[in-house]
Amino acid sequence: MAANDESLPVRTGFLGWLNKRLPVDAFVRDQLTGYFAPKNFNFWYFFGVLSLVALVIQLVSGIFLTMHYKVGEATSFDSVEYIMREVPFGWFLRYMHSTGASAFFIVVYLHMFRAFLYGSYKAPRELLWLFGMFVYLALMAEAFMGYVLPWGNMSYWGAQVIVNLFGTIPVIGPGLVEWIRGDYGIADATLGRFFSLHVVAVPLVLLLLVALHLVALRQNGSNNPDGIEIKEKKGSDGKPLDGIPFHPYYTLKDLVGVGVFLIGFAIVLFFVPTFGGLFLEAPNFEVANPLSTPEHIAPVWYFTPFYAILRAVPDQRMGALLMALSLVCFIVLPWLDRSRVKSTRYRPLRWKVWLTVFAVSFVALGYLGLKPADGLYVLLARIFSALYFAFFILMPFYTRGESTARVPERVTISSH
Amino acid sequence: MRVRSMNTGFFRMGIALLAACAFVGAAVAAEGAAVETAGEGHESGVDWQAWKAGNDVRSTASLQRGAANYVNYCSGCHSLKYVRWSRLATDLEIPDKVLREQLLPPGAKSADYIVASFPRADAENWFGKLPPDLSLVARSRGTNWVYRFLKGFYVDPSKPTGTNNLALDGASMPAVLSDLEGVKAAVFAEEGSGESGHAGRHVERFEVLSQGRLSPAEYDTFVRDIVNFLDYASDPSQVQRRAIGIWVVLFLLVFTAFAWMLKTEYWKDVH
Repeated sequence: MAANDESLPVRTGFLGWLNKRLPVDAFVRDQLTGYFAPKNFNFWYFFGVLSLVALVIQLVSGIFLTMHYKVGEATSFDSVEYIMREVPFGWFLRYMHSTGASAFFIVVYLHMFRAFLYGSYKAPRELLWLFGMFVYLALMAEAFMGYVLPWGNMSYWGAQVIVNLFGTIPVIGPGLVEWIRGDYGIADATLGRFFSLHVVAVPLVLLLLVALHLVALRQNGSNNPDGIEIKEKKGSDGKPLDGIPFHPYYTLKDLVGVGVFLIGFAIVLFFVPTFGGLFLEAPNFEVANPLSTPEHIAPVWYFTPFYAILRAVPDQRMGALLMALSLVCFIVLPWLDRSRVKSTRYRPLRWKVWLTVFAVSFVALGYLGLKPADGLYVLLARIFSALYFAFFILMPFYTRGESTARVPERVTISSH
Repeated sequence: MRVRSMNTGFFRMGIALLAACAFVGAAVAAEGAAVETAGEGHESGVDWQAWKAGNDVRSTASLQRGAANYVNYCSGCHSLKYVRWSRLATDLEIPDKVLREQLLPPGAKSADYIVASFPRADAENWFGKLPPDLSLVARSRGTNWVYRFLKGFYVDPSKPTGTNNLALDGASMPAVLSDLEGVKAAVFAEEGSGESGHAGRHVERFEVLSQGRLSPAEYDTFVRDIVNFLDYASDPSQVQRRAIGIWVVLFLLVFTAFAWMLKTEYWKDVH
């Protein structure tokens, strides 16, 4: 890190004292002012930093919610209402956390789609993608357990359905379900462990994975909309010709993106916090009741694509297996895509059609997962599930020997 | 060139903001639609499923009337266990003297929660179940549902209470407001067995069997005020929340505009 100390400012006094003991200047140089990012980032490149913003929002609001939340079958629901009504600005904390959960998934899904668009998962960034996928899986676990904590009726029945999926695993299934719940049903013991995992264990794992994701990113630098490695074209000063220092260029550009994001976030938080029952569902304003099943049980919108796949299969065990496979598809993506070119810009129409089919299927499955599982909805869910899997399973075949357009030597940049 | 890039930047920011607004607009529209169930396609008759509460939670006068109505007609059986009398008085601008003399039940302190005085055991005996707490009914069922429920009672001799409800088939709550509303019978389009309820049946018209003390318009206001009060009780900070929200969004707009100008200034030498 301290390889080239001539490029660091000469410090005296306190800053000199500090830098002798802690590499502050070296860190700023290596990670910000001397870290070169491609200059052609577009709209899609905001969602990485926005995921970080969402993570911070969740951590901060979560810390304050934990001060007032009281875990337990008899107290959870009441304590959430206590936060909403009697804790000063408690409603702000709670809506920040509930809106933040949905916002987190919105930006993460767009962040993932960016990788599909520009081949960001391709060599040499496979590990970066893998760490990202593990972040996503940890986030799903975090969101699911957090959803149970307010102990509303949908929390209860959602937990019932999801935890029971583990029961479909042969041999160990029934025992595993009991072990997860800590009881013969979703109960006080389940709430306690979900709370512990939600506020301590999974956040620690998440932070570690996010750190690994960032370290892996810095190792090879960001991909870009042209899918060109900017480090391959360096000027006489050794700096990438198509790169610009991360600070001040991208810190300032990201600040604008964060501003726009926060405007949208504040509009939802202050004016439509339930978002028409999508972010906070109506049945969850009733306390958990094992004797009263909600009209139809659906998870929150960010799980519905996978829920639709689960319900598309008549056999529950096969459904659960397919649902697990639909996530595995994401994980092995870097080894399914055989194209030599990263960016969709220089890939053939065939790839663009497949990518569109996938995106449409994912959104359609998300919609169908919110609807009752009957008639036309099931038929559509089956069709879109088939297309979803076709996109991944056939990928090695339709991407091998792709006739690609010529990738330019240097990045293309129009306006910013 | 400089001017053009500024324009495209503004243009993009505008597009992003428009997209965000459209997104939120769709959600607001869905907010109303989410609590709807069925209720389309009736050419004639009483389209009760389309009845809308249309309450305005910013109207303190309506909330005060709603609170009075609630105390007079509902709070005997239905608690609002998350709402304190004192908070109610503050939010609804009810003077301390009025709170003590007209609203507080005997023996209750102003810091107490609004709890029904009804004996639990008797309730279960008489109605088969405890009258539910209504703190959150406007959120779990929706304001339109509450409005339809309070206007949906009709005579049904097959029920133990002598009445049934359009919004909640087989409701165990008697028509306690019939003194005000009057008593009405529902004439259904196709007569089924007439034994059990009305599920999926179309109401042709109502027949007034006896007049109430209020005119239909007065009763409508009476119900709307109660719905409004329950809307408030389900989320007491909502008026304050929206008022703060406007300033937060305005601040963020100004902040983002300055951030954008700063970014543009730095980026003008990137080609």
